[in-house]
Formats: sequence, structure tokens, C-alpha cells
Amino acid sequence: MPTPIKHTLGMLSDNLRKRKSVLPLSRRRLLSWTKGLDLPRGGATVLYTGQMYQMVPAINAMTERLSKMEGSWMSSYFGLARSMNRLFNLAGLMARGDPREAREYSGYLRNIVALLRAAHVEFGYLYEDDLYAGALAHDEGLDDALKAHAQRVQTLLREHGVREVITIDPHTTDMLRTVYPKILEGFDLKVRTYLEVLEEARPEPVKRLSESVTIHDSCIYARREGVIEQPRDLLRRGGVTIHEVERSAKATQCCGGPIEMLFPGKSREVAAQRVDQLAKASQRVVTLCPLCLANLRRAAPAEIEIADVSAYLARAYCPATTRATGSTIETGARGELMTPVPT
Amino acid sequence: MKVDPSFAERVSKGTPFNAEACLNCGQCTALCPIGIHLLPRKLFRYVLLGAEEKVLEETDTIYSCLLCKMCEENCPAGVHITENVRALRVLLAREEMQLAPVEG
Repeated sequence: MPTPIKHTLGMLSDNLRKRKSVLPLSRRRLLSWTKGLDLPRGGATVLYTGQMYQMVPAINAMTERLSKMEGSWMSSYFGLARSMNRLFNLAGLMARGDPREAREYSGYLRNIVALLRAAHVEFGYLYEDDLYAGALAHDEGLDDALKAHAQRVQTLLREHGVREVITIDPHTTDMLRTVYPKILEGFDLKVRTYLEVLEEARPEPVKRLSESVTIHDSCIYARREGVIEQPRDLLRRGGVTIHEVERSAKATQCCGGPIEMLFPGKSREVAAQRVDQLAKASQRVVTLCPLCLANLRRAAPAEIEIADVSAYLARAYCPATTRATGSTIETGARGELMTPVPT
Repeated sequence: MKVDPSFAERVSKGTPFNAEACLNCGQCTALCPIGIHLLPRKLFRYVLLGAEEKVLEETDTIYSCLLCKMCEENCPAGVHITENVRALRVLLAREEMQLAPVEG
């Protein structure tokens, strides 16, 4: 039995309209990763996170709570929760993420900045105007709330004079590159993922890693946005050997993430099935999407190390002084403390 | 079974719904990672027939689709399966759940 669909979607829709995100985070949680990076404000080309990496610790906390409520007596109070959420940010309070996870995902963001800088790419950042792009609202068919929000994003991008955005996750990429041009008039920005930008810039590796991994392709990158070869080429040039899982590239299998809020139990089953497939190729898994990372890790035994592709690329292409370090962020190994993210 | 001839048209209002080309071959069902029992073949037939009640009975099924496009990528008839599922969600959000955002 799912969490009550109507009230869960109602909260997401209310939040997007009122608080500019399906899962609103505080300014500190959204922007603390930028500390000390001196990212210029605005500009013709901007890095656009769409808040996805920042959101993952909160999504994990929310999913954990929802999985306990799924099918229980607490489900009957979702209508009341929606009413309360209209008055104050209940979803945000329910989803206080683990600070350690927040540190890890901040590290990925900082590594992406370090990678673009290593490739001599110039870009700015929109800070509080780097809004969530609305992917979950689109997937769930909340088109009325989505359109109003997308217009808000378009206005902000215009006000900042942005002509090109560099995205860092599949969901935001798909929204800005494929969905927005269909639902907004005159939305014609150039949208590329940082993986495409790096592939074109071809930075020289500073170190060859001599490590083996398998890649879990994101459904959206592989089947909607054509991002398949770029991460592979970058990893291979950095010395990484890739053992392909049987279902890879355009035939990749979903991590279960898209239904983690409504069907947490089923979502975990799909993730466990995918982890089994990946483990047959390698004990080290590289993900291209923060939601895939979170969902697969939730279902994986400790010996399977799952980490974001930026972690491997940063070790191969960035000097140690410019990137985030620590075993969790570098390889996905768990149970070890990370060293502080450099500022 | 009650039939509403305007149902398919209402579904298409939010986002285009296109399932006429479906060959009923079952490729989509075979590939579905979540093992959805009737998506999308039977469900789409209900829409085309105007069997609104049958569609509404499957609300959980409609929302459990991952939209991963595994089925669509391999559909020999080129049916836009995920956009069809989204069209049903748009209809459910607007008409059944009244999920217009609340102001204030």
C-alpha cells in the first residue's frame, strides 16, 4: 500500500507554489557548499545545480519516515499534515538530513566546481536564485504548479542575463533542455551537463587512477538526454577500467528512485534488484545522478561502494588541494570519517 | 462497464495521449522493472474505450510507474508510453484529486 497519494502530492504541489521547491530547504542548507569558492554571482554562463545534490540528505530522511508510515495508522493523518504544511514548512521539519550526508553531497558539488575550473571553464552561480527545476512535479503530473514555477525560473534566468547553463544532474538537465522549451514560450537557453562540457574541454588528468568500477546509467541521461559515452570517456582517460553491467547504457535498469516517496517499499525492492545486477560487474559502482546514488546505497550491503562520478573524476583531474577528500566521497566506502572539505 | 466516449479526449487535454498504434505485443509488460501487471497495454485500452472507472481503479498502478522509459525504448509501435502515463496523472491530479495548489 502506498503513502496516501492525494495528500503526498498535495504537499509537493503546495510547496512548489508557495516555497519554490517540492522539499524546501533553508538558505544555509542550499548554499553552505559554496563557502570559500568565490563563485561569481550570475553571468552569461552559470552552473545550475537545481538544488538536487543539496536535497538528497533531506530526501533520505523523508523516505525513511515515509517507509515507516507506509500502510500504518499514521497514513490516515496525511490530510492533516497537508493542512499544517500550508501554514509552516512541515515537510522541511520532517526531513532534517544527516549532517554527514550533507557534507558528502556538498563535497560532490565542490568537486564539480573544481573539475570545471581544472578544464578552464568560466562560469558564475545564481546562489538563492538557483531554483529547483520541478522534475518531481512534472513526473507526477502536477502540470499546473509546474508551469507557474517554470515561469518563475525563466524570469530569474532572464533577469540575470543567462544564456547558457551547465547542469550537474539528469533531472535538472531534462527539465531545462527538453521539458521547459515545450511548456514555456521563448525558452531557448543552451543547456549542457558538466560531463558534456568536460568531455569537450578535455582537461589533462593529473593522476591515473588504475581502478575498476561499473557504471549505473541514469534512465534519464541514457534514454532521454543522450549522456552515455561522456562519463565513460572521462573515466577511461583518468585511468579507470569500466566493467559494464549487462543492463547498461540505453538498456539501463531504473534504481527505483522515482517512486521513493509514494511507494518506499517497492522502490527499495527495485533498488535491491539493481544492486544485485551491478555487483556482478564490480563491487565499486559509479552513479551519474544523486537520486540514483541515494536510492541504490539505501539497498546495498556495506561491501558495495557506490559514489558519484564526480568523485572519481576529481581524483583523476584535480590537484588534491582543490577537491573534497575522504574515503566516503572518493569511493563510496562507508564507516570511515571524511576529512574536512577544503575551503 | 460504463463507458464515457469523451474520456480519451479529457485525458489528452493535459498532455497528448497516443496509444492507437499499440500492437498489444506485451514487450512493455515483459520489460517493466517493477512488474506492473497491466501497464500499459490494458490500461491504455481502457482509456481508448472510455472505461473511466476501470482506469480510476488502477490509480496506484498509474503512480507506481517509474517513467524509466525501458518499455518505450523497446516499443515496436513507437507508442509514447511514459507521456501517456503522465497524461493520466495530469488528469487524476486535476479532476480526481483537485490538486490545484492552495494559495496563501
